Amino acid sequence: MNIALIIIAAATVFALVLGIAARSHHKMSLEEWTVGGRHFGALLVFLLFGGEIYSTFTFLGASGYSYGFGGPAFYIIGYSTLAYVFSYFMLPKIWRYARKHALVTQPDFFVRKYDSPALGVLVALVGIVALVPYLVLQLTGLGIIVQAASYGAVPKAAAIIIGAVVVTLYVIISGIRGSAWTAIVKDVMIVSVVAFLGFYLPIHYFGSIGKMFTAVNAARPGFLALPAHGQSVSWFISTTLLTSLGLLMWPQTFGASFTASNANVFRKNAVVLPLYQLLMLLVYFVGFTALLVVPGLKGGDTNMALLKISVAAFPSWMVGIIGAAGVFTALVPGSLIIMCAATLFSRNFVAALRSRQSDESTVRLAKFLVPVMAAIGCYFSISGSSTIVALLLMGYNFVTQLFPAVVFSLRKRNPVTKEGAAAGIIAGVATVVYFTLAHETIGKLMPGLPDVVKDINVGVVALIVNVVVLTVVSAATAGRRIQLVEETVK
Amino acid sequence: MKRIGWLAAIPFIGMCAGPVINNRAAPFILGMPFILAWMVAWVFLTSLIMGVIYWLDPSPCADEETV
Repeated sequence: MNIALIIIAAATVFALVLGIAARSHHKMSLEEWTVGGRHFGALLVFLLFGGEIYSTFTFLGASGYSYGFGGPAFYIIGYSTLAYVFSYFMLPKIWRYARKHALVTQPDFFVRKYDSPALGVLVALVGIVALVPYLVLQLTGLGIIVQAASYGAVPKAAAIIIGAVVVTLYVIISGIRGSAWTAIVKDVMIVSVVAFLGFYLPIHYFGSIGKMFTAVNAARPGFLALPAHGQSVSWFISTTLLTSLGLLMWPQTFGASFTASNANVFRKNAVVLPLYQLLMLLVYFVGFTALLVVPGLKGGDTNMALLKISVAAFPSWMVGIIGAAGVFTALVPGSLIIMCAATLFSRNFVAALRSRQSDESTVRLAKFLVPVMAAIGCYFSISGSSTIVALLLMGYNFVTQLFPAVVFSLRKRNPVTKEGAAAGIIAGVATVVYFTLAHETIGKLMPGLPDVVKDINVGVVALIVNVVVLTVVSAATAGRRIQLVEETVK
Repeated sequence: MKRIGWLAAIPFIGMCAGPVINNRAAPFILGMPFILAWMVAWVFLTSLIMGVIYWLDPSPCADEETV
């Protein structure tokens, strides 16, 4: 037993106890379990949204991305900031509608707005398919963190399974309250650890942050800007904008907005949350410092950059604290994802197929599905091997396809029909799948185009296909709807 | 609200303009490469702009009355 392992184990037990204690005296009805009875104030909503951003993706993925790719990694700080600009205008409307109609999930919103349970099933499916890689990502991160921080004493698979069991237990018992309470500890830990690492490491090895960047620039000229081809300027702009559209469309984030006690929570948070993104800056510092101090990591191994340099630079107890913070960054988003996927399946999939299902049996089925989701996540994270950012981008492109149908539905008169919304989402998702499976880029499809167009993120193509299909099908079916309305009026 | 809402377009333009203006590491600003420093500046400006929108936006008050 080393000290690091003891600290990590203690943190895991603490997360479990805290997650369970979060239930306190609340009776776990569907509304209580999924959206905390809509009682959360600005701070808890801030943490649920901030917690979404500061997952293992930040801790390992963003430091690894800056280590592996350099300048292109800067898009992460941009897209998350811009997503909160959208949140200011969209979330108050979505929240108000959700409270009025007692909605608890993202597909509920589509069912109600478009008056179509079938559309709810489609949206639930898209959500679940996107959530699974995101869960795998968190669990894979957890495995990597514990293995590295325990100096190999705990194998990845064991860490992943223990983490999944902890999350399963507290999600079943406390629902979203468990996630919110553990999020408080998680954010305190991640902010202190990242702030410490981000300033300490470059100063320790290079004397100052500026000298560190100068050294990186001298060793790898051009690495701190964008390349001329591939992840070029047009890739950067299209990816920043595209992912900023996607952030709020994640079902667990969309659903977390329902927990707010009033609409102003989102407006206040839209002012403060951008500043919270500055933490990402310190993660970049760690990644770039690692590039020179622990060179040679390739491909998926770049995600090890932060842990490698920590192990190299610090004594065992400090590595333990870093590992413990890492465990929390995986558990909190992991718990939100598992709960969300289980609820989507129970409420918007099974309940839609059965003619009647009470809220009690929806919760019961969802709780039964929590360990199932956790097991699926464990299976893929133990068997699979893919780099963290690539996995996330595929899921991101899926949920981004929900954006047009949501935005149009917030207008006073929605020009989009349920057929249009469904056709658009299906076309968009199909385009993403095609591009991903065929490894296609715009440049490969149309080699004659100038580089500026070739490097545009293929997700943009999927979104354009989505909007075109949505518009055409809506126009074709709108007439029929008016006819139907006229007939019922007669 | 309508007219104030347009202010929200500024962060999108600002955030994306950095690498278009200068896609090089130099000049280093506060020790950071240009694009990164540019984006950090826009994080602050975005927060500021959202603050101004919140300050001028009449809808929060309207909400309080309906709640």
